[in-house]
Formats: sequence, structure tokens, C-alpha cells
Amino acid sequence: MKNYASRITHHLLRIAHYALLLTILFTAISFQFAYAQEDTPTDDEVNEVASQLYCPVCENRPLDTCPTQACHQWRELIRTQLAQGMTEEEIKQYFVDNYGDRVLAEPPRTGLNWLVYILPPAIILLAAILALQKFSGMDKAAENRINYKRDKKRSFIRIY
Amino acid sequence: MSELNQKKSVPLWIQIIVWVCLAGLLVLVASILSKRQQGALKTGDAVPDFSMTLFNGYEFEGKNEIQFSDFSGKIVVLNFWASWCKPCEQEASELQEAYAFYNGDVIFLGADYVDTEPEARTYLKKFQITYPNGPDMGTKISQMFRITGVPETYFIDQQGVVYYVKVGPFISLDEIKNIIEQKLK
Amino acid sequence: MFVEFGYGVLVVSLIVTLYSGITAFLGVRKKSTSLIESARRAQLLSFPLISISSLTLIFLLVNNHFEVTFVYEVTSLSMPTYLKITAWWGGQAGSMLFWSWLLASFTSLVTLRKWDRDIEFLPWVIVVSAITLAFFLFMIIFFENPFSRYWLVSGNVVESMFKPTTTATIFTPENGRGLNPLLRHPGMIIHPPMLYLGFVSFVIPYAFAIAALITGRTDDRWTRITRRWTLWAWLFLSFGLVLGGRWAYDVLGWGGYWGWDPVEIAAFMPWLTGTAFLHSVMIQEKRGMLKQWNMVLIILTYALVIFGTFLTRSGVLSSVHAFANSPIGPYFMGFVSATFIASIALLIWRWPLLRSETEMKSILSREALFLLNNLIFISILVVCFWGVIYPLVSELVTGFKVTVGPPYYERATAPLFSALLFLMAIAPFSAWGHSTMQTLGKALWKSILASFVLTVSLFFVYSTNLYALTGFFLISLVIFATLQEFYRGALARQKTKNENFFSALSNLMRRNRRRYGGYIIHISMALMAIGILGIELFQQETQGTVAQGESLNIGEYRVEYRELASWDVRSDGVNYTRAVVDVYENGIYLGQLYPRIDYFFDAEQTMTIPGQRSTFRDDLYILLVDWKSVSNSGATFKIYVNPLVNWLWIGSLVFLVGIIFAAWPDKEMEPVRVKSSAKQTSAAD
Repeated sequence: MKNYASRITHHLLRIAHYALLLTILFTAISFQFAYAQEDTPTDDEVNEVASQLYCPVCENRPLDTCPTQACHQWRELIRTQLAQGMTEEEIKQYFVDNYGDRVLAEPPRTGLNWLVYILPPAIILLAAILALQKFSGMDKAAENRINYKRDKKRSFIRIY
Repeated sequence: MSELNQKKSVPLWIQIIVWVCLAGLLVLVASILSKRQQGALKTGDAVPDFSMTLFNGYEFEGKNEIQFSDFSGKIVVLNFWASWCKPCEQEASELQEAYAFYNGDVIFLGADYVDTEPEARTYLKKFQITYPNGPDMGTKISQMFRITGVPETYFIDQQGVVYYVKVGPFISLDEIKNIIEQKLK
Repeated sequence: MFVEFGYGVLVVSLIVTLYSGITAFLGVRKKSTSLIESARRAQLLSFPLISISSLTLIFLLVNNHFEVTFVYEVTSLSMPTYLKITAWWGGQAGSMLFWSWLLASFTSLVTLRKWDRDIEFLPWVIVVSAITLAFFLFMIIFFENPFSRYWLVSGNVVESMFKPTTTATIFTPENGRGLNPLLRHPGMIIHPPMLYLGFVSFVIPYAFAIAALITGRTDDRWTRITRRWTLWAWLFLSFGLVLGGRWAYDVLGWGGYWGWDPVEIAAFMPWLTGTAFLHSVMIQEKRGMLKQWNMVLIILTYALVIFGTFLTRSGVLSSVHAFANSPIGPYFMGFVSATFIASIALLIWRWPLLRSETEMKSILSREALFLLNNLIFISILVVCFWGVIYPLVSELVTGFKVTVGPPYYERATAPLFSALLFLMAIAPFSAWGHSTMQTLGKALWKSILASFVLTVSLFFVYSTNLYALTGFFLISLVIFATLQEFYRGALARQKTKNENFFSALSNLMRRNRRRYGGYIIHISMALMAIGILGIELFQQETQGTVAQGESLNIGEYRVEYRELASWDVRSDGVNYTRAVVDVYENGIYLGQLYPRIDYFFDAEQTMTIPGQRSTFRDDLYILLVDWKSVSNSGATFKIYVNPLVNWLWIGSLVFLVGIIFAAWPDKEMEPVRVKSSAKQTSAAD
């Protein structure tokens, strides 16, 4: 009696087992099928674009590495846009239009923003020119050296 | 300083350049600081004109775009929200109820701050929000108001002057009503 | 009771500090040694006072006194005791107290030294550090009070130091908010104090510089006295920066260590001027040149230290590191402006006295190359400063925010850093005073040849990337040239002193600690550059969602997802979700990695902890991005291969060795000056 019962359970288990396998197989196939049909852009393709954009709400975090829910949504948006055939530039432009210039890793080269690109090289150049002048005047300065040495001697002024 | 200003001291023009640059820099940083410390648009500040394109399916007097200057003479409740913002959900239905309650006597506006459209639509649908809502394109409006976060709600009186700023979600419908009643004749 | 005590002691220390500053000033005016001695004693008193106040705060932190606002904000019941102690610098108010405590201790160390013939510096050093310390104490007492408490006033919770109304009662929350989980990492526990140590120690050379300006002593005494302070300051600042990078790499989960974030740059800027200062001071000591320039550098360093603190604490910048908006902004601004303007005015006043004793003769002389190195550091500073400031300028002028991110900095600084590497390679071979192309070429050709051969072989076996090859050439040039310099020096000593090579080498190094420590640091910089080059140019990444048993491929690696588990550890207040992955390289099983996501209940914040496998060749860095919680079958991973990045950390260890070697107290060198400098160092210990 006991044996019989156990055999039934065994059978049931086996059926359940097969059923489970079948379902898994079926979902797997249909999943893959759906995948192939939509031709969803891969995560890497999405990240490629996202890495060039900054998260519009968090500070200084590229979109591809930002873990918040909002960033996740934006990455999905990029995925949708890529699937629709938008180019990288178009997607970036979409982000700029919607969320402002701050989503770009660098300010766009317009108007006041040119200062970003011009000012540091200009200052460095100026410093370089001044330094060069100093260097090129080195030999001429040699003759004045004697005068400086004379001055040096009275450079110990103590107030306290 | 003058006692040593002999032949060998720093030429006056260089001193002037140094001080001018220094003063410029300090003024710059100081004004940045003072701007940062201003925070949100304050009570008593007049609201500059702005326009906002609404989400598809939303309209104001038949148009898909609103112009703030068209609202003069009415109280405007401008709410900044986003679909990813959890606290916004607490107040969403209350705002819709308040909108329905005043039935056009008070203008309700929703500005969707940095968001994606599909999620924003889902959010609007979920809370059955019917008052005019649109994306804050390029964060121009939120930057103009210098919002500190979402949700944030601005109550603007008939003259276009901010008279109350609510940072964070409303707790109840009555809270919204009370603020509106202050100025509603 | 404790709260009032801690606060009271703080108020007393402010008074004592003000007293010491004013008395020191009066002492100079009235030429009274007794007044100065009194100022010195008052200064020495400030250290124990602030220590007592700090200990009181630590006591409150450890014993969960949540009625104290600061304790509530940075600790919670579930935090272990050591974290409660380190929470001292986990929040704005506490870290400012920590800053003051460090400053008080450093100033005390300095005032304890034997002053002998430098006694004229003493009152001014006290004045400068007392002004700085008094400012910080003032900020703490009036605006960022770590002892302020919660009070219940007619149903509302109010924050106040003292009883706001007669009926008010103390309000004690049941649990604190807890330290930001990101800050609970060991790296983050040491990183801020390291940075603060670096920042604060730079106040000492600055104080001496100002003292030298005021007293008109234009010799190099002030640089000699503060030489070790500068080295230690530089050590702490550098190490703070490196630790911050390591922390970001381990905790922030973006596969990198440096994001050109404004707050990172705020700490980097004083490092730049400090490094330039470290180099140019040597020229002043050896050649009596660049006195004016050294003053400019130390003044800039001090201003940038305070400015950096201001940027991160006033709410002007918002970033992962910044403290929340705070009322102290305008005061900091005022303090930076006042000290900077005063310093510049002093400098202009004394400018004629600080003229060089000798003139530069040759563009290839060592002093000229040092000056060039300084100019490059300042150029990097200009790039960084403008990059940090510009977004604020844009917001001010146009009303719109922009981001100035890594592309800007990388493009602008890469050629500058390359030039620095080049100088690092050639400068040791140029002579003081005068050098020519011929002498330099003669000394360097072997190293150049070796680097060239190495670079060509790298072209065939590693990479054909032109930038990379340029970088590798420069890096190998630095390493070869520096090693050659060690060899050359040891060989010369071996001949003259008749020692064997290794004892010659070790004697040589020990007799010129600063020089050879510096060379070790140069090598460490080159090693770090290898890591930076690797991750910048060759980083690979991939992301994908895989089911159990499936794999992701990246480079020569295959990462197979085995399983995932999620569990709560109530005592830590954390939920851990941990994935197990098998790692294969070219089909060979290497082992398992465990990327995980920690969710902190109290802070409602997640932390993504990577699974890492480090080798000299590359790091495999796996992040668990997402997982399917219901079926538990799929998980999303982001995988980075970071080539050579390990050399960055190896380099920083070599760096540590080098700088400790350079800063080590040494009784052998400079027999004439050894008295004062040795005593000063023993005070430092």
C-alpha cells in the first residue's frame, strides 16, 4: 500500500518535472524569439552613448555609472531611441533640449562657453612668453649681476 | 608701504593689475556665493514670464502651450515634480483634487522636472492628473525658479508675485486649500 | 551636562586663542619678551582645551546621545564603536572641530621648539596660526556647533544650544540617522583625516613665510625650519588623495578612481602648488633664487587650502563629497579674501627685499628646469581652477548650469603631465648654474636609448597607440634616468670612499635623504603614470544580463554567473545581495568573484561593491548592476577590464616609502644647522 502511494507520488513528481522543463523551454524559446524580433540595442551600445552624457539630477556622475532609478529610466530611454534608429548625435541633442547643457561632459562651444576653452591656454601662453623673455634675457642680465650683489648686503632689515 | 616704494619696488602698473585681478576674482566668487545662497525664488519675488509646451493630450484653453503672462489676474499654483520622485506621489492626488475643487478659478500647472516621457505619462495616468502638465524643457523653468528639488510648489498671486513656496510634499488637501484661500477673494 | 561642558571648553579655547594672538602682537609692538612668553603659553593651552572638548564630543558620539544634533546626524545604534569615534569627522561640525584640533596640536609642536636665533619669528607664527585657529573656533561656536541639541518647544522640535524657552525640554530621538554608508568604508575613515592633516600642516610653513615677510628676514631660514613640515604636509595630502582614489575605486562602483569632480580638484589644487613649492624651495636654499616665487607659492597654497575648504563646505559646489548648504559660506569667503589680500600686500611691500642673490644663467641649468616645472604645475592649477569655477560663472552670467567634465581636464592636462615627466627625467642630470645640450645628452643617452628600445618592443607586443607609446617612452625614461642617477652617484662614492657598491649606495642615499627620497618619489610617480595610462587608454567594459550558467565575455576573460543570494543582517542594518561568478581566462578557471549590492536601511542608500581580481597586467572589476528578484534566474553585470591600474597603487606604496625616507629625521646632514632642525623634528615626533 505504502509502496503504491509512493509510486503515484513518484509519477506525479515526474509529470511535474516534465511540465516544468517544458515551460522553461517554452519561455526560453519565446523569450529568445522576442529578443531576436525587436533587435534591442545591447547594454554596451546604450552605455556607449550614456557614458558621454551626465546624469541631469545628480552632480558630476556620468549617466552610464549612475545607479539611481532615474538614471535607469534615462538609459532605457536611450535604448528606445537607439532602437528607433536615432544616431548618437541626435540622442545627445534630445538630452540637451530636454535637460539643458549640463548633461554634456563639456560645455557646447558657443557664446560665453568659449571662455572655457580659451582662457587657460591664453594664460599659460602668456606665462610661457614671460618665462621665455626672462630666459632669453639671461645673458644680458649677467652684466648687472655685480650690482645685485651689492644690494644683497643690506637686505637684512629686522623689525622685531 | 610707501617707505620702501623706491626704484626697486614693484612697479605701480603691476601692483594695479594684481589688485584689479584679485578684486575681480573675489567679486566673482562672492557673487556666485550670494547667488547660491539665494536659494529658491522667494516670497515677494515677481515671476518672470515663461512658456511651457504641454504633454500630448493636455491643453489649456484649446492650446498645447501655456504662456505665464496669460494668467494674470488669477492665482497660479505651479508644481514641480518628476516620475522618479517618491515624495511627489504623496501629493499627486491632493493636487488633482484641489484643481477639481477650484474648477478653473485657480490655475494649476505641473512642470515635469528632468524626466523621461513614457514614465511621466504613466505617472500622470496613475494619479489621473488632468490639469495642464508639461516637461520642463532644458530645465529652463526650474532654473529660473532656482528650485532646490522636487516636489516644490510655488503659489503666485493675481499680480504675478510669489506669495508662498512649499518645499516637499503637501500633507493634505486642506493644506493646499488654506494657502490658496489666503489670496483668493 | 557634558554638552555644556564641551561647549564651554570650546568657548574658553577661543578666548585663549584670541588672547595668545593679541598678546603676541602687542609683545612685538612693545618689544616685551614676557608678553610673547605669555602668548606662547596661551597658545600651548589651546591644544589641551580643544582636546578636552573633542573628547567630550567623542564621549557623546560613543554613548548615543541622540539629543545632540550632530550625534543624531552621524551615528546610529547599529554602528560599531570605532565608527562612532570616526564619525567625529563624518559631518560638517565635527570635522571642523577636528581641523581645529589638528591646527592647535601642530602649532603647539612648533611653539615648543627651541627658537634660539629665530626668536623673532615666534610671535608672528603665533599670530598667524592664532588667527586661523580663532576663525575656525568662531565658526564652530557660532554656526557649526557640534554640541547643539534638540528641544521640544510646544510640540515642535527645535535645534538650539541652550534652552530656547523656559518650558522647553530636551528631545531625544530614539535612533540616529547613521553615518552615510559610503563613508563607512575603511578607506573613507582614513581619507578625510589624511587630507585634513595635509591641509593643516601647510598652515605652518605659511605662518613662517608670513613671519619672514613681516620681520624682513629674507634668508632661507623660514624654508629650512619648515622643510620637514612641508614634506609631511605633502605626504599627508598626497596620501589623502590616493586613499580617496582607492576608496572611489572600491566603493563608488564606476570602475575608476578619479572623476575630475570639483571637490576632488579642490583638494588637488593645494597639492599642485605645494608640489611646486617643494621643488622651488630647494632652489632658494641652494642658489638664493626664487624667493619671491616661493612666497607666492606658499601664499597660494594656504589660500587654496582655505578656499578648498570653503568650496566644499559652503554649498557653493554640490557633489558627492560636498557638505550640505551652510551659513558659513560668507564668513569663509571673508576670511579667504582678508588673508589673501593681506598676504599679497605684505608680499608686494617686501618684494624688493626678496630679490634673487644670483641670476639664472642658462635655460638648461637645474634652476631653470625647476622653474619650468613650477610653471607647469601652475598651468595645471590654472586649468583646474578655471574648470571648477567656470560652471559657477556660467550659472551666474547666463543663469544656466553647464558641466565641465573629464574631457576638458584630460585634454588640457595630458600634455602638461607629459612635460612634467620629461622634466623629471632630465632635471637630475642638469647642473646647478649652467648646463648645455651636450652635457645633458652625454649623461642621458643610455637612458634614452633604453627607453627607445623598450618603446619599440612595446609597439610590437603591446599596443600601437601613439599616445600610449609616447607615455610609455616618457615613463621608462624617468625610471631609467633616475636609476642611472642612483647608479652614477653610488659608483662615484664607491671610488672615492672605497666602499662596496651597496654600502656606497645606502650611504649616499642616507646622506642626501631629500634628494634620493625625491628620486624614489619620481620613480613612484612614473609607476603611477603607468596605471593612469592603462586605465585611460585601454579600459574595456561590457554589460549584459545573463541567466545562471551563462557567461559574459570581455577581452580574454569569461565571466560565468553561478548564483545569487540576498539576505538581511539586522544587526548591521544592511541587506546584502551577493552574486557568485566564475572567472575564466582563455578557458582556464581562475576562481570566483563576489560582486554585491549593499542596501542600508537607515540611510535608504545602496552601495555597489565590485568583485575584483587584481594582477600586474590588469584588474577584472565586476559590478552587480541588477538582478531579477522573483525568478532569481537572471542578473545584470557590468564588467571592466582595467589594464595596469594596479601600478597606480604599487606606485603609491613606493611613493610612501620615498617620502618617509625623505622626511625621516636625520642627524648627519648639515652639521651647522643640525641643532635647530633636529630639535624641531623631535618636536614633530
